[in-house]
Amino acid sequence: MIEVKNLHKSFGPNHVLRGVDLSVSKGESVTVIGGSGSGKSVLIKHIIGILRPDEGDVFIDGTNIARLGEKELYSVRRKFGMLFQAAALFDSLSVWENVGFALLRARTYSEPEVREIASEKLNLVGLVGIEDLMPSELSGGMKKRVGLARAIAHSPEILLYDEPTTGLDPIMADAINDLIVRMREKLNVTSVTITHDMQSAYKISDRIAMLYEGKIIETGTPDEIKRTEHPIVRQFITGSAVGPIKIKGLSE
Amino acid sequence: MFSGLVESIGKTLIDFTAETGKVFRLLYDALRLALHPPIDLRNTFKQMLEVGVLSVPVVVITAIFTGMVLALQTYTGFKRFGAESLVGSVVALSMTREMGPVLTGLIVAGRAGAAMAAELGTMRVTEQIDALETLATNPVKYLVVPRFIAGLIMLPALTVMADIIGIIGGYLITVGHFGASSAEYWRRTWDFLENDDIYNGLIKAGFFGGAIALVCCYKGFYTKGGAEGVGKGTTGAVVISFMTILIADYFLSAWLFE
Repeated sequence: MIEVKNLHKSFGPNHVLRGVDLSVSKGESVTVIGGSGSGKSVLIKHIIGILRPDEGDVFIDGTNIARLGEKELYSVRRKFGMLFQAAALFDSLSVWENVGFALLRARTYSEPEVREIASEKLNLVGLVGIEDLMPSELSGGMKKRVGLARAIAHSPEILLYDEPTTGLDPIMADAINDLIVRMREKLNVTSVTITHDMQSAYKISDRIAMLYEGKIIETGTPDEIKRTEHPIVRQFITGSAVGPIKIKGLSE
Repeated sequence: MFSGLVESIGKTLIDFTAETGKVFRLLYDALRLALHPPIDLRNTFKQMLEVGVLSVPVVVITAIFTGMVLALQTYTGFKRFGAESLVGSVVALSMTREMGPVLTGLIVAGRAGAAMAAELGTMRVTEQIDALETLATNPVKYLVVPRFIAGLIMLPALTVMADIIGIIGGYLITVGHFGASSAEYWRRTWDFLENDDIYNGLIKAGFFGGAIALVCCYKGFYTKGGAEGVGKGTTGAVVISFMTILIADYFLSAWLFE
């Protein structure tokens, strides 16, 4: 379903992705782990075509989106829903207008119908009666839920999660993890998550891939990753400051 | 030392060229998408309200005082050689050709232009612009086109208002304060004022409106680096808009009025 091949991307002198290969099959949940600044967000933005690769290809259902024109790209994007790190809700629109945004734009439904669908999707993520609130009136956890409701509103086949648990308390984080698992069961979607929260990664993934220095250095099921012998992956998943991974800007 | 200087001049030139290229690229996209229906009418009207209607109070106050001070200065100045009867013409020509479009442009740049840059900049750093893309919505069409159209339409509209109010301001001082003849003021106003004075002034206003929207949207759209970036982008947007208005004003005037 998703096939990333030899992906390279630089920003100025900073060579962020240095040949990433990753494939995700239909219905699978893959989590990409890696440190801050390792290029996880850059990778996910290539999968949905917000960024264009310097080199390499991204296939979605066999279509190479790295080479698509603008119009075709927007039509491929309808297969996607994405939850952003800080939810990225439109702060000039109410909750239901946020959730129904794509549907309102497509003009296939009338406004009352979109509102109904929005309420339904909000119910699905555990929110009731907040349709008319503005995003500024919501807590962090609620924003993420609304962001998720917006991502699933147009019934996408692929869901992308950008650090879904970052910035939430442990209980709220776990509730979001449960939601992600439930989305996959209920909606039968393919999902790609990027995170550095290992608990979350173990809970929601079929497969975990580690991104380090611009490449995927190891892939495996959560159990395989837990038992890995790879020193860099080992250090990352145990969360140790001592090991082969150097922290940028810190002296030994 | 010398090579360092050359290097920094070269870098500035390259950056400037690259940036100008990106502005024209945005202009091209905005024009292309504006001609490609459907136009988002709701957003366009919202922006016309922001850019136009909500700027009315400031434009009214600015225009009336500009007309008043023009009359005050010309009357006292022209009196020295007995030409004070020409005040009406001076006010009318100055307002329609110069003061109306330029002052309205500066006001809109400071008010609505700054708001555009800040709003789009915030949307960029909080990933709302990326979110638009993921919802299969072209952010240029959704955000830039309505602002561009609003600038293009509302600036000439505000200018018409500023022209009229400025001329009334001049009347208040000439007739009300200096006690000149009312009929004389109006006669002098119409005597030398030609349709082209008004139209060319409005062409300038339309150009300023488009340029302000373009520059401010560009600065907002390509904001980097959090809250500080939004601040810098907004300042830059207003400064560049002001410069663009004043520099373009000279060249447009030379082209339109000569």
